[in-house]
Amino acid sequence: MKISIASGKGGTGKTTLSTNLASYLSQNLEVVLTDLDVEEPNSGLFFSGEIVHKEDKFKMIPEWIEDKCDACGICQNACKFNAVLQFGNFISVLPELCHSCYACSELCPTDALPMITKKMGELTHKKMGNLSLIESRLTIGEEQAVPLIKQTNIYVKKYLSSAKIHIFDSPPGTSCPVIEATKHVNFVILITEPTPFGLHDLKLAVDTMREMKKDFGVVINRFGIGNDEVINYCINNGIEIIAKFPNDRRVAELYSKGELLYLQIPEFAHELEKVKNYIYDLIEEFE
Amino acid sequence: MKEIVIISGKGGTGKTSITASFAYLAGNDVLVADCDVDAADLHLLLKPDFGKEEDFYSGLIAKIDQQYCTNCGRCANVCRFDAIPFKNNHFVVDTIDCEGCAYCAKVCPTSAIDLLPAYSGKWFSSTTRLNTPMIHAHLGIGSDNSGKLVTKVKNEAKTLAESENKNYILIDGSPGIGCPVVSSLSGANFVVLVTEPSISGIHDLKRIYDLVKSFKIKAGCIINKFDINEKGTDEIMEFLKNEKIEHIASIPYNENFTNAMTNAQTIVEYDKGELTEILTNSWEKIKGIIA
Repeated sequence: MKISIASGKGGTGKTTLSTNLASYLSQNLEVVLTDLDVEEPNSGLFFSGEIVHKEDKFKMIPEWIEDKCDACGICQNACKFNAVLQFGNFISVLPELCHSCYACSELCPTDALPMITKKMGELTHKKMGNLSLIESRLTIGEEQAVPLIKQTNIYVKKYLSSAKIHIFDSPPGTSCPVIEATKHVNFVILITEPTPFGLHDLKLAVDTMREMKKDFGVVINRFGIGNDEVINYCINNGIEIIAKFPNDRRVAELYSKGELLYLQIPEFAHELEKVKNYIYDLIEEFE
Repeated sequence: MKEIVIISGKGGTGKTSITASFAYLAGNDVLVADCDVDAADLHLLLKPDFGKEEDFYSGLIAKIDQQYCTNCGRCANVCRFDAIPFKNNHFVVDTIDCEGCAYCAKVCPTSAIDLLPAYSGKWFSSTTRLNTPMIHAHLGIGSDNSGKLVTKVKNEAKTLAESENKNYILIDGSPGIGCPVVSSLSGANFVVLVTEPSISGIHDLKRIYDLVKSFKIKAGCIINKFDINEKGTDEIMEFLKNEKIEHIASIPYNENFTNAMTNAQTIVEYDKGELTEILTNSWEKIKGIIA
């Protein structure tokens, strides 16, 4: 069972839910938590654990070999991202614009643009008892998160596919990184807060999930603050509310120190149990 | 004219609420640009009139004309994005996965593939309820080009601010360190980093500042909810000192932050106490720094 934790708006509690849920479920089952918010990965801050593996992740970019080039211009013409530019007899490659499509390289009649690797980030695999944590971190200055998200998913599929439950901490928003982080999962939990910003961004996230034809449910965080509009929206649109985590200054305080909440706040544990039961039902249905 | 970008790395630290308050305080001096095109919220507080609306196309998307397709599969073969699956006896383009590189069209022997402009979203030129001009946008679902839409918003904002003789452009940035953030930062005169003393807030602050540094832009920092974790706040203050980042203000945990938003108001309109005082002083301080 693969579950993604996502939200339109940032800062609504994705990492709080992902880390607490993964830890809570791992009391009984083997769980893999994968942090796909590669621009700002935070899940690892909540677990100590032992690092079992670490590897650099690379993207492929063309490298110009002057001696082989006859300056025909095919490469510049092929590149739709302005990443390969020709100035007279000179070819310039702009790696940060390159999408690794290989067109310039493979269409070059003289093999003057072979693809080489360029580091785009790092993957870390930690283990604590039943829980594995996979975290990828995009190198500062790299603009594209999607290739790293893709490679992280490949790693998880290759080495950890036997785990019963996979939880993916998704990046915020509705653009390409979110799609890449959620398209392969069985179910998405959208976490929001009951405020106008929360509602507005929840609607965007719901539209995205519907466009992708994904099954999803909602968890409300900071319940008690704001107003009833998120609840009314969910009811009117037939969206299931799985749990409501209370608004509590203690949550902000414990989270700020990197501590797990269910161990110290019983109301939080109570709601987390609801999420757990919901996931167990999903697993039963799924099998 | 000065461009001030408000960013945070981590989402949900209060960027938008602070931007809206500064917009209120700056009154006629300012033009507002919402560059968080992916999950734009500033309009919920400033109520722009969506005066002018334009579609934004950026990049390309492949389309296979089945009439000419011979099912040779060369397109799917060269596609590095697995965007041309074979479904119901046809090769079709998955519009979400297609990045518009056009390699498929180059190798198609029957020229059955066209590249069409890709719809990325809409942008708007508005007047807010505070009577300030505002440029904002709405990214299409799953769109690939948030950075380009951000650049569009910024360029339109600049043109309009110049023609209306504004002193400041206030830019609400997006979370993260990727392409929309890079586009928000380019050309800015000052960056306001909004953070909170949580381990993730601090972690993200350091990463985003690494990016800001590479642009050589001067930065200041506002610490929100400074009193939820004093150790964390000390760590941030130390970081600011070492990096020579101006400490603009520390804001206490105060639910009026959220209550103002629920009331569709800026904090400085809703709160009659410490929050308004701190934000008013912050805006004056920022103006002083960039003057």
